[in-house]
Amino acid sequence: MLRHRLSTLLAVIYAAALFGFIFLPVAVLVLFSFQDGRLPVPPFNGFSLQWYEAIFADRKLMAALLNSLIVATASSAVACLLGFMAAYGFARYRLPGSVLQRGLLIAPMTVSYLIIALGLLTVLNTLGIGLSLWTVGIGHVVINLPLCFAIIYSSMGDHHVNIERAARDLGASDWKVMLLVTAPMLMPSILASFFLSVTFSWDEFIIAFLLSRFNVTLPVEIWSLLRSGLNPKTNAIGSVVFLASIALLAILELTLFRKKNTP
Amino acid sequence: MTTLSLENADRRKAWGFVAPALVWTVAFFVVPFLFMAAMSLWSRQGREIVRAWNLDNYLRFFGENALLKGLTNSLEITLTVTVLSVLLAYPLAWIIAERVPKRFQRTALILAILPFWTSYVVRSYSWLLVLTKNGVINQALLGIGIISEPLEIASTRTATVIGFVHFFVMLLTLTIYANLVQLSPNYRRAAADLGANGLQTFWHVILPLTLPGIMTGAFLTFVLCIGDYITPQILGGNNELVLPQIIMLQIGRRADLPMASALSIVLMLAVTLAYALCARWLKIDRV
Repeated sequence: MLRHRLSTLLAVIYAAALFGFIFLPVAVLVLFSFQDGRLPVPPFNGFSLQWYEAIFADRKLMAALLNSLIVATASSAVACLLGFMAAYGFARYRLPGSVLQRGLLIAPMTVSYLIIALGLLTVLNTLGIGLSLWTVGIGHVVINLPLCFAIIYSSMGDHHVNIERAARDLGASDWKVMLLVTAPMLMPSILASFFLSVTFSWDEFIIAFLLSRFNVTLPVEIWSLLRSGLNPKTNAIGSVVFLASIALLAILELTLFRKKNTP
Repeated sequence: MTTLSLENADRRKAWGFVAPALVWTVAFFVVPFLFMAAMSLWSRQGREIVRAWNLDNYLRFFGENALLKGLTNSLEITLTVTVLSVLLAYPLAWIIAERVPKRFQRTALILAILPFWTSYVVRSYSWLLVLTKNGVINQALLGIGIISEPLEIASTRTATVIGFVHFFVMLLTLTIYANLVQLSPNYRRAAADLGANGLQTFWHVILPLTLPGIMTGAFLTFVLCIGDYITPQILGGNNELVLPQIIMLQIGRRADLPMASALSIVLMLAVTLAYALCARWLKIDRV
């Protein structure tokens, strides 16, 4: 009995220490975003919203935020569409050499983002193609396509085939079957891969940094804020991004994934 | 004859579905990668890239101490981070899986990975806030009187390791937890029936069964850690450069894409080597 109590006590202490470690930086980040002063370090001078006003008044930061949203949704939509079509093709037809081709589609997952970015940079540089949000988007499709393909492909079961066959017997064309029958059946995994891609693209730094020039995404803009040293403004934008992600996560948890659990 | 033509039509249709993804991957991943590999054999002279095929970049890498040090720094930091993260995450995952009541486990897990959702750049920056000379840690320690001079943690290797471990403890807690809850309780019952105590059960039964999951998580940690530029750049500063920092220096300040390409190939070889070393434990799903 005593031994059990002792081990429970140890477990509580250990868990508390690790949760403390995990939350320490976030707590400091959010707390000092309300700092009434120029430095986001102790002592905490008092509560102020001036840094939140500062970020919403910062045109470059807001433009970067919008850029990030555009790149994330557009590149994820493309990655999802290509991934879904490929998953459909591989699951419903027998193609020669399909193992090799599936391996090829997954391959970018095993390579560092830095290397993917540098590869694209060398080609763009040699061809003399200017860097823009388009090039960032292309890079983001490269990193998210394997993910979308793998998620959607793994959720394509044989039990869907009969329903598709029925639709085809009733006269639906291949594209109609895919869009009106298969896609709705696979909607949970399509949406999951879409939102996962959005979060990856939204947070991605190195590709966005190397493949953009004047129009940049949010992580790159935050990066350039860092050059001015510690600044409560960085805390404020960091906290906003954090809260927005948590909100998105909560919505997903309550809508998309809740449905899957209830029969 | 009819079936054959039908098959051909089917095949054409199938290609229509898979071709866009394949073309995208080849055009924007395979070709650039091969081009980069080719470029690693060229060299930069002045502002020009000279297409003279040789191994100069690689020879320079192994001959120049500053460059080679980047690789050893990378390997040392990555291995430290991987081992520390596994050692810290395993007990936490264990506690969540074994000691937390079933209906609170999901909440505990979500809490344990909540800071995942801060932006990556911001996460390193918030550690800088914590570790800097007049930051929370130093002021707290000074306040209690444990130290009399502020510790210089920011801009050192220690700061880089702390930043990395923070991220990977969250990741590994998730993967190890997933592994632990998959284990059937029958294993433990059988071990207990055969007279094993708690520690013996853990060491001889639970640990070996979760080893593939640990190795997969550790490999993921290794790959993500060794290729990362942000954390060492923000937290480690410019004292002990790691390979990605040196690659970025070649791209930015020196505009030496051939050298950057060669260093990237070295980075990739390091990852491939790590994969070969722990491949026997990995169960990366055959998609």
